[in-house]
Amino acid sequence: MRRNQVAVVGAAETTKLGVIPDTSQIQLHADAALNALADAGLKLSDIDGIATAVETPQQLAHYLGITPTWVDGTSVGGCSFMLHVRHAAAAIEAGLCKTVLITHAESGRSMIGKPPRHVPADSLNGQFEQPFGAWGPPSLFPIPVLRYMKTYGITHEQIAMVSVVQREWAAKNPRSTYKDPITVEDVLNSKMIAYPFRILQCCLVTDGGGALILTSADRAKDFPQKPVYILGTGESVETPMVSQMETFNSSRAFKVAGPTAFREAGIAHKDVDHLMIYDAFAHLPLFGLGDLGFMPHEETGKFIADRNTAIGGKLPMNTNGGGLSYMHSGMYGMYALQESVRQMRGIAPAQVPNAKISVCHGVGGMFAASGTIIFTNER
Amino acid sequence: MAESARARPLPTPETKHFWEGTQAGELRLQRCDDCLHVYFPPRPFCPSCASRKVSIFNASGKATLYSYVIHHRPAPGFTPPYAIAVVELSEGPRMMTNIIDCPQTPEALELDMKLEVAFEKLDDKVTLPVFRPAKG
Repeated sequence: MRRNQVAVVGAAETTKLGVIPDTSQIQLHADAALNALADAGLKLSDIDGIATAVETPQQLAHYLGITPTWVDGTSVGGCSFMLHVRHAAAAIEAGLCKTVLITHAESGRSMIGKPPRHVPADSLNGQFEQPFGAWGPPSLFPIPVLRYMKTYGITHEQIAMVSVVQREWAAKNPRSTYKDPITVEDVLNSKMIAYPFRILQCCLVTDGGGALILTSADRAKDFPQKPVYILGTGESVETPMVSQMETFNSSRAFKVAGPTAFREAGIAHKDVDHLMIYDAFAHLPLFGLGDLGFMPHEETGKFIADRNTAIGGKLPMNTNGGGLSYMHSGMYGMYALQESVRQMRGIAPAQVPNAKISVCHGVGGMFAASGTIIFTNER
Repeated sequence: MAESARARPLPTPETKHFWEGTQAGELRLQRCDDCLHVYFPPRPFCPSCASRKVSIFNASGKATLYSYVIHHRPAPGFTPPYAIAVVELSEGPRMMTNIIDCPQTPEALELDMKLEVAFEKLDDKVTLPVFRPAKG
């Protein structure tokens, strides 16, 4: 894909984030969509392409009253929205549509209008993982951690710093769920969920949503907001079963999506001013730093423990507080994208001074899928 | 009642041989007749070279502990804390399982420890492959 041909011209989260028991999941989609339309100064009738996950595009189109000429229902977990951005950028460049609305919303905590997740007993997951006591993401996602720690010599204290540093970022964000400072001791003494991970190393479960509007870069200059250009993109999938990953020392999906995006963008790692790595659980930033090629995996734990990703550090990461402290409705990728867009617009609550390039890396399922978007505010 | 709520596998035509094997006290894997790749979970073709010429064979049952969590939340059919493990079979493939005859603690569950297969009969229809520390 060619660089900087498509831009984000509208971006917004739901009016409320956190616990929203008075709103159904589809209405959270609509709330985010209407906020993004207002942000972009557009009407619903201006939208000719739509993409969403879990909820189907037809539900979204009907509920909002949109007649699209292009739809994408890619639903690969929390990074689906990174894939939507990639697909939408390609579709706009190909002339299949002009203005794409991408929405995410999830009543993850209140469960209003949200069907329960169900693993069929005759699926491969149902046959070869569920019978052994797998019980939702906290029981599955951390399974690779002990192997990763042993292979690379990563310590419990180093991984605990992921949560500590992100809480510091969250404290600067008025919309964060948790803002009180925490220490390594707090993390390592918090309630055990699935050894080696404790509750402060697991994401929040909240309600909310977000929406993005994309159009061609040539049109973007006529919109009220500062355009944020798509510089590079990547995507991949590996396996729906964490037990069947090629290795626990790395994510194959990360290693395809991330480097693809860097090659497309034509940038080096030293060019990155701001980084988002989807942190459903505290080990994901370590996997991401290694698999995206920022450093060898052996150095990821020390890099975070030495505060390189903290406020004032050389690689500010997860500056909204992340899934661990900001919010996590179940499919967090949209919130990572929103923070990258805010950073590129220069309006983030914890703004990185003069940030020009933002890398936004997502995961779907338990390392099942991955998408990477690289944004810039310079064309 | 909790035990009856434990998730049970429902075999498909492609996985039936595996679940019939566990009932017979056998851990059945598949090997490609063309490229000799050994793989799991079951499917009637080789995921490495796409050949449909594959054979079922009985694995040795020897494995090592690749990684695990010790789950501390209640789950249907399980009393926490219990380990959810991934083991590496000596033939190559990895599979999710539980570790029996071993304290469910970080001290007792050492990565790379040697394991051997055992079979846990849930009822007349379902027997699960689990692993215990290898003797000797």
